[in-house]
Amino acid sequence: MIPLPTPTPLSEPHWQGCREGELRVQKCRECATHLFIPQPACTNCLSQDLEWVLSSGRGRIYSFTVVHRPQQVSFEVPYAVGIIEMEEGFMMLSNIVECPVDDVAIGMEVEVEFRKMSDEITLPYFRPSA
Amino acid sequence: MSTASRNPFHDVVIVGAYNTEQAKMLPDRTEADLLIEAIRGALDNAGMDKSQIDGVNTSTWKTGWSSREGAYLLGGRPSWTGSEHGISGVLEAAAAIATGQCESVVMASAQCGEYVDRSATVTWTRPSNEFVECWGLYTAAEFALIAQRHMHLYGTKPEALAEVASAIRMNGARNPEAVMYGREVTPQDVLDSRMVASPYHLLDCCINSEGGAGIVMTTAERARDLDVEPIYVLGGTGDKQGMSYVTAPVWDRYGDVGARAARIAFEQCGLTPDDVDVLELYDPFSFEVIRQLEAYGFCKLGEGGDFVMDGRLRIDGSHPVATNGGLMSFSHAGVTQLLQKPIAAVQQLRGEVPEVLKVPDARVAITSNGGAGALFVDLMMLGKDKP
Repeated sequence: MIPLPTPTPLSEPHWQGCREGELRVQKCRECATHLFIPQPACTNCLSQDLEWVLSSGRGRIYSFTVVHRPQQVSFEVPYAVGIIEMEEGFMMLSNIVECPVDDVAIGMEVEVEFRKMSDEITLPYFRPSA
Repeated sequence: MSTASRNPFHDVVIVGAYNTEQAKMLPDRTEADLLIEAIRGALDNAGMDKSQIDGVNTSTWKTGWSSREGAYLLGGRPSWTGSEHGISGVLEAAAAIATGQCESVVMASAQCGEYVDRSATVTWTRPSNEFVECWGLYTAAEFALIAQRHMHLYGTKPEALAEVASAIRMNGARNPEAVMYGREVTPQDVLDSRMVASPYHLLDCCINSEGGAGIVMTTAERARDLDVEPIYVLGGTGDKQGMSYVTAPVWDRYGDVGARAARIAFEQCGLTPDDVDVLELYDPFSFEVIRQLEAYGFCKLGEGGDFVMDGRLRIDGSHPVATNGGLMSFSHAGVTQLLQKPIAAVQQLRGEVPEVLKVPDARVAITSNGGAGALFVDLMMLGKDKP
């Protein structure tokens, strides 16, 4: 099994959302910035008035790399890692799946695909948009 | 904006610089043993005795030495301790000396025995961070995410990356102290080596190795009693924009990390990029060198790929980079390589390098640690001439 994240009190709402098939992130009520990775205050205006909201789960590949030497043996190579620029403006890391690695490209439209990895962790992967 | 006075480090000099043996593995050594050799070697190189030392910064990777343990080892009289690594630690010590908190500092670092599970990348490339590890990320992939965006925006080519890697590795190939001594690498060799994380081939990536290093710093006045050539700390600072390897390495946010530090360092010493003779730039991955040349003002944004061609970065070029072989081919041992950048600069400025690696009339060096993939840069200028 690949190494799975360990949720924290701060991040637990995100991981709960993933278990329920929803991509949830924080949004600042003061300046409307969407935040990811979870933070205790808004990194744009420092407000602590944050709420958890639903993301559309859609974005575009901002950058990517195709990995041929695995981080550790549990990862099957080659695999594509992407930075996805989400519709709401935040950035997240993930693997691009259901796409030959040679076809992954900056600008490609992608959407979230949840995969259950354990009882606790469902991971948000990204596949090319239909 | 800054009106920092010239020579803010008030005649702080580096008088001792020493590397232990560096190798892929040093199975007969311990970190303590390497650290002690580095301390003794640096003191010896400076012509100083431990009784003259009143400040210390020591660290080991696996066995977790701190500066307080180093102070105890040195008899308890080193009362000032530093906690930063590499250039950040040198600047920390320089500030302590400049403000009279201590007069003479020995700084040393060592690593061995950490890399045991060779089926995985070495541990320092893959801290177990919540939103990063599960995607199979490690440092090569994080730095690749920076490079890919630049290549997309500016058309930077793999051949430019390969030229950087070859130029640096040819220095290591000709440095008897380098881990990769004797291993010549052409740009085509780089492009032909197996892909690690696109665009980085194996030879675009630095090595991992084991070893120790140390330096001694003091005041220019104290250095007058020593039979060594002192090298002056002209300026420097750091840019730290966030945690390393915890969040997405986004080019738009972190692509120019170090630009501010370079601007401040040049202002502190009243110099410009044109005044720099030697560039001991941190070279964890080939594109990171290109990125720094742009960020620090040696060339324009987006033009770094063209800038490195025509042998500019080679020993006999206009901008010699990583003259000892760098992280690519000299050594990368835990955090010891952070300190080895100032050491390489000191040795080059003193002319204490193999003839074939000498940069003619080298008087000013720039040194750096960090990188965009890691969200930080520490940067320092060193010089042969009293400012």
